[in-house]
Amino acid sequence: MEPAGGPPRRLQAPGPRYGEKAIHGLLALCGILSVLTTTAIVISLVGPTIGFFEIVPVGDFFFGTDWTPQFEPPSFGVLAIVAGTFNVALWGMLFAIPIGLGAAIYLSEYAAPRVRKTVKPILEILAGIPTVAIGFFAASFILPEIIQPLWPGELFGGAVGKPFLALAGGLGVGLMIVPIIASISEDAMSAVPHGLREGAYAMGATKLKVATRVVFPAALSGIVASIVLAISRAVGETMIVLLAAGSTPNFTLNPVEPIQAMTAYIGVTATGDISTGSLDYKSVFAVGTLLFAITLVMNMISIRLVRRYREVYE
Amino acid sequence: MAGLGAAAPRNRLATAGARATTRAMLRDQPRGDVIRNTAFAGLLLLAILIALAGLMALLIQAFAKGSSALSLDLFTNPPSTAFPEKAGFRTAILGSLELIAGVILFVIPVGIGAALYLEEYADKTRWWNRLIEVNIQNLAAVPSIIYGILGLAFLVRGPFDLGFILAAGSLTLALLVLPMVIIAAREAIRAVPDSIRQGSLALGATKWQTIRRQVLPASVPGIATGVILAVSRALGETAPLLLVGATVFVTFDPTPFSPDGYSAMPVQIFNYAVRPQEEFQALAAAGIIVMLAVLLAMNSFAIWLRNRYEQRW
Repeated sequence: MEPAGGPPRRLQAPGPRYGEKAIHGLLALCGILSVLTTTAIVISLVGPTIGFFEIVPVGDFFFGTDWTPQFEPPSFGVLAIVAGTFNVALWGMLFAIPIGLGAAIYLSEYAAPRVRKTVKPILEILAGIPTVAIGFFAASFILPEIIQPLWPGELFGGAVGKPFLALAGGLGVGLMIVPIIASISEDAMSAVPHGLREGAYAMGATKLKVATRVVFPAALSGIVASIVLAISRAVGETMIVLLAAGSTPNFTLNPVEPIQAMTAYIGVTATGDISTGSLDYKSVFAVGTLLFAITLVMNMISIRLVRRYREVYE
Repeated sequence: MAGLGAAAPRNRLATAGARATTRAMLRDQPRGDVIRNTAFAGLLLLAILIALAGLMALLIQAFAKGSSALSLDLFTNPPSTAFPEKAGFRTAILGSLELIAGVILFVIPVGIGAALYLEEYADKTRWWNRLIEVNIQNLAAVPSIIYGILGLAFLVRGPFDLGFILAAGSLTLALLVLPMVIIAAREAIRAVPDSIRQGSLALGATKWQTIRRQVLPASVPGIATGVILAVSRALGETAPLLLVGATVFVTFDPTPFSPDGYSAMPVQIFNYAVRPQEEFQALAAAGIIVMLAVLLAMNSFAIWLRNRYEQRW
């Protein structure tokens, strides 16, 4: 028995629709371009790095503490500039973690909606300030007007009379990453369901206890993710450390010493007419590979953690 | 009747009494708790005030140092190391504008294309699509100077061998901010509810017609916000440009493919900032004021756009 009105209409497309397929392919190509970018980064890093290690022994690179590429014979002990990077990152984090988390808890738990609506965009503006401006601020204000007058005398060798300080770079980097910590942590805390807070209040908890013992632990993976991402940003920052912390390789965590960070070495060495294939040129790529590896590991950890809090509450 | 009339005020009294007791019990938190709560709230407020004070100090200091050098000469005169009183940013501003134009041309089609692919076409259970996704998240957090290395080894020299030209710098910046655009565009596309797509498909539109006429128009504000934020990031980025050639004091107006070199606003500011003389410091600060004014305008516009057109479905 055929249904009334003739045979059922076919629902497939009348033609093969090549245009649709071409568009699908074109869009996929855009997606693949990002993978190609990563591949290109790895390829451009690996080649010269292998060339570098054919000349400089791996052990000397990873365990040496003297970074003197301009000397004869040169020494490539990368720990000196790794220490410089983490010197800056350490003081930056010591500044940014309490400030960023304080701001996040305030915005998520304490602030009136109106305050939150004004303060959040201002923090976003802080996140949009170019790092060269923050570096200039760190070198010409934080260093001479804040650190040098306030530093207690000769502690760790004293801060007066030095044109560059790791601490100045650290505070500049700290200012840069406060909005990262504040905004990601605030997102994580706002994602904690209200039922948890109301349950705690019903049990007689004070606001302080709700914020610190209920919301904070519940949002912990997001908070840790923001901190890991911030460390990765601090490690990868170039202009602030170049302008405020100097270009003197220094195997120390002392905040009132000039240092050189890995990024700063790359930034001052690979400018202008560096000749392709020279040892200096290759050393830039070896340092770049190490920097890439360090930040990659941190980013992966951060991405994992963010995914975890999303899975739980959203 | 009489019984009820007598009970009403008594009930009211009882309710009022119970309410007062409850209030009194809840209000009288232990003194220690009250002090701790206030102190904690004060500390949080202090944290946010320090962050805002840092931002204010940065702006005020740039004005205090740079206002003496602020004049129209800044825009019309080329940079100079010999005559700081006549030096300006002309070629750097032009360089930055050309760099940004290239970034926009590259980032809008490729960024939106990749976002559309991931949200509308990609099968999330396939490993290669998950690879693309994780890869983009990772790229967004790769240090900018690594992109400089990529530009130096891959675009300026190596496979593409473009030389130290402005177009290579532009492409480097575009690759740097591409992940930001993709992530923002994906969020905007994801926010369009499925019912819109299903409605369009049910009316006989093809997949691309649905995307082109329903999904894209609905997500334009979100995408635009992401693009503006990414472009403003590219405008302020310095480190990668140091590696791909934008370091020289250029006295002529740059063109995209000229091998004679180019400059950019943040690189020029950096070049002035590393000179200790007061005049160059003032020039650096004045350049920062100009750049911050442009960036603040762009960012505020993006934030306004997002708040104004944020669609609730």
